[in-house]
Amino acid sequence: MSPLKIEKGTSRHSAYDLRDPHAAPEETHTLAVVVDNEAGVLARVIGLFSGRGYNIESLTVAETDHEGHLSRITIVTKGTPAVIEQIKAQLGRLVPVHDVHDLTVEGPAVERELALFKVTGEGEKRIEALRLAEIFRANVVDSTLKSFIFEITGTPQKIDAFAELMRPLGLVEMARTGVAALSRGAR
Amino acid sequence: MKGQMSGARMVVEALKDQGVDTIFGYPGGAVLPIYDELFLQNDIRHILVRHEQGAVHAAEGYARSTGKPGVVLVTSGPGATNAVTGLTDALMDSIPIVVLSGQVPTFMIGNDAFQEADTVGITRPCTKHNWLVKDTADLSNIIHQAFHVATHGRPGPVLVDIPKDVQFASAEYTPPERARTSHYQPRVKGDIEQIRKLVALMETAERPVFYTGGGVINSGPAASQLLRELVDATGFPITSTLMGLGAYPASGKNWLGMLGMHGLYEANLAMHDCDLLIAIGARFDDRITGRVQDFSPGSTRVHIDIDPSSINKVVRTDVPIVGDVAHVLEDVLKLWKAGGRKTNREAVQRWWAQIEEWRKVDCLAYTPSEKTIKPQYALQRLQELTKDHPRRYITTEVGQHQMWAAQFLRFEEPNRWMTSGGLGTMGYGLPASIGVQIAHPDALVINVAGEASWLMNMQEMGTAVQYRLPVKQFILNNERLGMVRQWQELLHGERYSQSWSEALPDFVKLAEAFGAKGIICTDPADLDDAIREMLEYDGPVIFDCVVEKHENCFPMIPSGEPHNKMILGENASTKDAIGSSGAVLV
Repeated sequence: MSPLKIEKGTSRHSAYDLRDPHAAPEETHTLAVVVDNEAGVLARVIGLFSGRGYNIESLTVAETDHEGHLSRITIVTKGTPAVIEQIKAQLGRLVPVHDVHDLTVEGPAVERELALFKVTGEGEKRIEALRLAEIFRANVVDSTLKSFIFEITGTPQKIDAFAELMRPLGLVEMARTGVAALSRGAR
Repeated sequence: MKGQMSGARMVVEALKDQGVDTIFGYPGGAVLPIYDELFLQNDIRHILVRHEQGAVHAAEGYARSTGKPGVVLVTSGPGATNAVTGLTDALMDSIPIVVLSGQVPTFMIGNDAFQEADTVGITRPCTKHNWLVKDTADLSNIIHQAFHVATHGRPGPVLVDIPKDVQFASAEYTPPERARTSHYQPRVKGDIEQIRKLVALMETAERPVFYTGGGVINSGPAASQLLRELVDATGFPITSTLMGLGAYPASGKNWLGMLGMHGLYEANLAMHDCDLLIAIGARFDDRITGRVQDFSPGSTRVHIDIDPSSINKVVRTDVPIVGDVAHVLEDVLKLWKAGGRKTNREAVQRWWAQIEEWRKVDCLAYTPSEKTIKPQYALQRLQELTKDHPRRYITTEVGQHQMWAAQFLRFEEPNRWMTSGGLGTMGYGLPASIGVQIAHPDALVINVAGEASWLMNMQEMGTAVQYRLPVKQFILNNERLGMVRQWQELLHGERYSQSWSEALPDFVKLAEAFGAKGIICTDPADLDDAIREMLEYDGPVIFDCVVEKHENCFPMIPSGEPHNKMILGENASTKDAIGSSGAVLV
C-alpha cells in the first residue's frame, strides 16, 4: 500500500534499538554513599541497582553517625565509565542520599574486608593451615581438635588468595563482610 | 498554633496549609477517618473517581494544566496498587503528584491483614520518594516534606502511606514553616562559566537548533517566556519533544514542529545536520534520538537540565548546565544582551534556507478522501474549529491518534497539552481531561482518543457526568489498535495478531447510558457540523469519529535508525527537495 523500502516481515527493526550503545570496557569502582539512616533506605539503593541493571560486587552498610542518623554504604560496582557516571548521578538524586564519593577516582583509598574461615582437618593439613594463617596474619578465634575458625582482615584480593590456599586444606565455610573503604590522607 | 489533633485531621490541615483546594480519590476501610474529616469541612473539594488509576491521571491533568501539585487519596491494598500505573506515568513525565494512601494499623502490618499490601515497597521504584508514617507526631511534618520533594528539583510523584491507627491517634501539628525540608534543595542556578561557553557557541554557530522538552513547561510560565525571548534574540530554529509542545508557540516563525520518531522531517533533519544542539529540559529519549551512535553526528551539544542524571545518560554532552530552565535561560539572556552579542548571521541564514528546502517535502501530506474520514483530516478540522478558543486544553490517549494530534493540533501556550509521553499509558486521556476540566471549569477540554485506549478507563465517564464536566471525548475510531497494527504491517509481515478492536460498544448508546451526549460521524462531509455540535453542547460528549481503518502515521523513523533515515508517507513531495545529506528512505 505504501512505497516503503523497508522490507516487510523482517525483524531487522524492532520497537527498540537492540544494539548496545554502551559496549565499552568495564571498570571496577568503590563508592561511599552517605545516607539518612531511615527505614527502607538500603532497599532504595539496592532497588536502584537492580531496577536499572547495575552490578553490585560488594556492599556494606552500618550507621556511622548516631546523632546525625547517618549511615555509610560502601558499594563496589562494575561498569563502563558512562554507566559508573550514571550510577553516581542516580544515587545522588535519591532523596535520603547526602553524598556520593567515588573512592576510585578521588585519589588513593584504603579498602579492607573482614572474613571468617572455618577449616577442618587433622595431621599435616591442620598444621599447614595454621602455618599459612600465620603468614597471612589471620587470627584463630575458635578452635577444636578437628577445626579452626580464622579471622582475617585485608584487601579483597588478599582474602581471595587466602581462600584459595585454604580450600585444599579443609575449608568448609566462609563469611565475608564486604568492603569498607576510606580515602587516604587528612581530608 | 493549631495544637493537638488526630492524624486524620492533620491530613486535612496539612493539605489546606499546602494550598490544596481539590483532591481526587476513592474511599475505603483504611482511609475512613480521613474521609470523615473531609466530610466535616468545605475548603477542600473531593472528586470521586471510579478507579484509583483514574484518580492519579486526573491529578496529573490537574497538575500539568495548573503547574500545581495534584493530590490523590486512596485506600490500602488494591487502592494503592491501582494507583501504581499513574505513579509510574507521573514519574516518567516528571509530574508533581502527592498520593496519600491508607494502610492497615501499624500493629497489623506484616500479618497479611485484609487489604494489606506493602505499599511503600511496591511504590518505591515508581515514586520520587515515599514514606510510611509510623507515628502521628511525624505525620504533618512528612506531608509537608512530601509536597516539598514533589515540587522541588525535577518534579515527580510521592506517596505517604498512613496506617489507620496513626489516623486515629493524636499529636501536635507541625505547620509547613517548621517542617524539616532543608536537606533536599536541588540546585537551580546554572554554573555561570558553562553558561558563558554556551553564549560563545551561540555566537559562532552556523547551524544551531534549540531542542526543548517538558522541563521548560515544568519550570513554569517564566521559562516559556524566556525561551521565546531567547529564540527571538537569536533567530535560531526551535523544535520540541512531545512533552514540550506549547512552550514555544506553533505560530512562531522559528518553529520547526515536533521532532522524534513521528516528528517532522525538517525538525529531524535539523537535529541531524546541526552544528550546535542546545537541549533545554529534554532527556534524549529513545523515541527522540533514534540510533544513538548516529545521533546528530556533527554537533556540539549543550544540555540544560535540573536533573544531573539526565546529563550524559544517553548521549555525550559537551557543555552540561545543571539548573532550573528559567534560572539558566535568564542568565543566558542577560549575558547575551549585556555583551551586545551577535549571531553568525550569514551562516544562520543559509541554515534557514536549507530548512526551508526540507520543509518543501511537506512531510505531513496524506491522501485525502471524500468517502472516509482520514484521521489527519479530522484533526485538521478540529484544529480549525477550535483554534480561536481562548482556553483550549487537549489531552490524549496513546497511539496513532496521539502522534497525529501532536502533528496537526497547534499549541500556542504551555500547560495546554496533556499526554502520556514517557510511559505511554493507554487510558490516560479521559481521566486527565477530567482533571483539567476540574481545574479550568470554563475551558474547552478535548480528549483526542483512540477507541481502544479510551475503553481502558471509560468508567471515568461516570465522574464526568457526576461533576457536570463538559469534557469532549473525540475518539478517532479505526476499530484497530492502530499503532500496533502499523508496526505489524511494517515489521511483522502484516500478521495482525490481536490488534483488532472487536465487539466495540455503540458509543452513542454508551454515552446515553452514562447520561452524556453521543455523536457519531462517518462522512467527511458531515464532520464540521458534527464537531460544532460537540463544541456547542454544554456537557460531556462522546464523539465517535469513524475513520479510515488502515491509515499509517508518517513520517516515521524506524527504531534503530538515525534521523536522516525517515520513512515518509506516499504523498510527501520528495522529488526536488531532498538535499545532499538527506539520504532518505522513502
